[in-house]
Amino acid sequence: MIRTSNLAFQYQKDSPLLTFPDIECPAQGQLLLLGASGCGKTTLLHLLCGMLQPTQGEVQINGRALHQMNEAERDTFRGQHIGIVFQKSHFLQSLTVLENLAMPAFLSGAAFDKREGLQLLEKLGIRHKANSRPRDLSVGEQQRAGIARALIHRPALVLADEPTSALDDVSTAAVMNLLETQAAAAGATLVIVTHDQRLKDRFGNRLDLTAQPQSA
Amino acid sequence: MKLNWLYIAWRNVGLKKLQTALSLVLLAFGVGLVSLLMLSEKQLSDTFDRNIEDIDLVLGAKGSPLQLILANVYHVDAPTGNIRLADAEKVIRHPYIAEGIPLAYGDNNRGFRIVGSTDAYTAHYGGELAEGRTFDTSFEVVVGAKVAEVTELKVGDEFFSAHGLQDETDVHTDKVFRVVGRLEPSGTVLDQLLLCTISTIWEVHEGHGEAVAPEDREITAVLLKKRNPLAVLTIPNTIRETNMQVALPSIEINRLTQNFGIGMNTLRSIALLIILISFASIFISVYDNLLARRYELALMRTMGGSLGGMFLLLLLEGGLLSTGGSLLGLVLSRLGLVALAQLVEDKFRYDWSNIGVMPEELVLVGLAIFVGLIAAAIPGISAVRIDTSRTLSEA
Repeated sequence: MIRTSNLAFQYQKDSPLLTFPDIECPAQGQLLLLGASGCGKTTLLHLLCGMLQPTQGEVQINGRALHQMNEAERDTFRGQHIGIVFQKSHFLQSLTVLENLAMPAFLSGAAFDKREGLQLLEKLGIRHKANSRPRDLSVGEQQRAGIARALIHRPALVLADEPTSALDDVSTAAVMNLLETQAAAAGATLVIVTHDQRLKDRFGNRLDLTAQPQSA
Repeated sequence: MKLNWLYIAWRNVGLKKLQTALSLVLLAFGVGLVSLLMLSEKQLSDTFDRNIEDIDLVLGAKGSPLQLILANVYHVDAPTGNIRLADAEKVIRHPYIAEGIPLAYGDNNRGFRIVGSTDAYTAHYGGELAEGRTFDTSFEVVVGAKVAEVTELKVGDEFFSAHGLQDETDVHTDKVFRVVGRLEPSGTVLDQLLLCTISTIWEVHEGHGEAVAPEDREITAVLLKKRNPLAVLTIPNTIRETNMQVALPSIEINRLTQNFGIGMNTLRSIALLIILISFASIFISVYDNLLARRYELALMRTMGGSLGGMFLLLLLEGGLLSTGGSLLGLVLSRLGLVALAQLVEDKFRYDWSNIGVMPEELVLVGLAIFVGLIAAAIPGISAVRIDTSRTLSEA
């Protein structure tokens, strides 16, 4: 489903070349990418979702070669097939939670089913916040709304960037449960990038980025 | 539920209420002031032009030529004095003069001037009777449209006149005027006058006990139309020995508007400055939003939003601000004009009720919206250049 080979990225001509181990995860599988701060986790995530173009190597998602697309094609592909959960969930502050949920559909030109959106919020326990402004939500609620937004357009792949690093143990467990079960329910592949050691034991399929040589 | 860019722009503009209000108010004041200047200049010159039509020269007593014009053409100033009818008639009969319309006045009814003249005066301004008939004998009066509206005088009503042109302290209770006709509104000075025969004016004052011999009868002024362009040069010479002068309305009004013009230009510069400041405010508003919302824009990119979409969003935000501000400005200028008209009408008895949108104003609004879009486009271009990956990593 998602597969990389010989992936490497260089920010500037004179900056060090970051290399990454080959990744492979089957459809509807779950993969944890674990690494210490500064090892290029976010860079890898951005390469996986096509926000950065690799200096070397290949990224394949659902059999499509991301590294061969131009920027506009990658934007469109990402909008349709990938949902991203961020470390700190950001929203369009002028819109309500429900309207934020409608953004992925609007931006990728798809239709948004309001009932479906409300059902998802219900499952995540924040149905009552549907018409609130994002800033009126607690951090935990924001993270759940972020998960809802990543899943709402039924992406084939959900990428999560440090989804738990700002949360306490209880919230971490709750958020991870939600993320896993909702991704599974939506039939999406889940890839989590984190330095959070608490998540280590939850995933059988994991890859330690720090163990790999970082620069060539 | 379906989102669109305009809705999102609207909500974004609404999020920063103070900043938005500042941009709107500044632009509204700038556009409003320019449009008010345009409107009042147009109204002023229209009013001047309508009343000046086809009057080449005004004959009256010596004094300020501008005053002579203002008093006898526009009826907004005191006359320079009286002239002898016999002297005036010599000028009217001059071969270079095609027509002369005599005017005599000195009384008012509730502040509206009672002007003695002939049918030629009404005809000159295209006055048409709305009801009744024209004045025929002494003390018969035709009322102007505005006079009728304010004083509620109707055909058949009777009234006294007061001496002077403004107040009602010295009322001639021995002479009764009778309304025989009412004029349609003409947008000229006729609207503001009560018209009667010249002999009426004489008889009012003879009634004071000052019996006047026919050869000593006086009038206030004569509106002259020339037959020969040389009249402008010749007539002043023929009256040099008398107490009379002639003035050219077009020249005097030109002088007047040129003096006005300095003030108008100052106001216009101030208005343009306010508009410039408002554009700076829109620019800052959109730019400031952009810095604060770099992350939001990057976020939209991760959800598949295109660069064009981001650019369009910022343009729409600038467009909403500049459109809203300009339209608010047009409303403001109308309110201003109505207020100004009330003020001016009280003082000068001119009716400025026509406040339709002028084509020049549409150009003004179009320009304002366009510059507003440009002010938004500049930060818009830098929004398109945002490095999505870096913005998201830094947040």
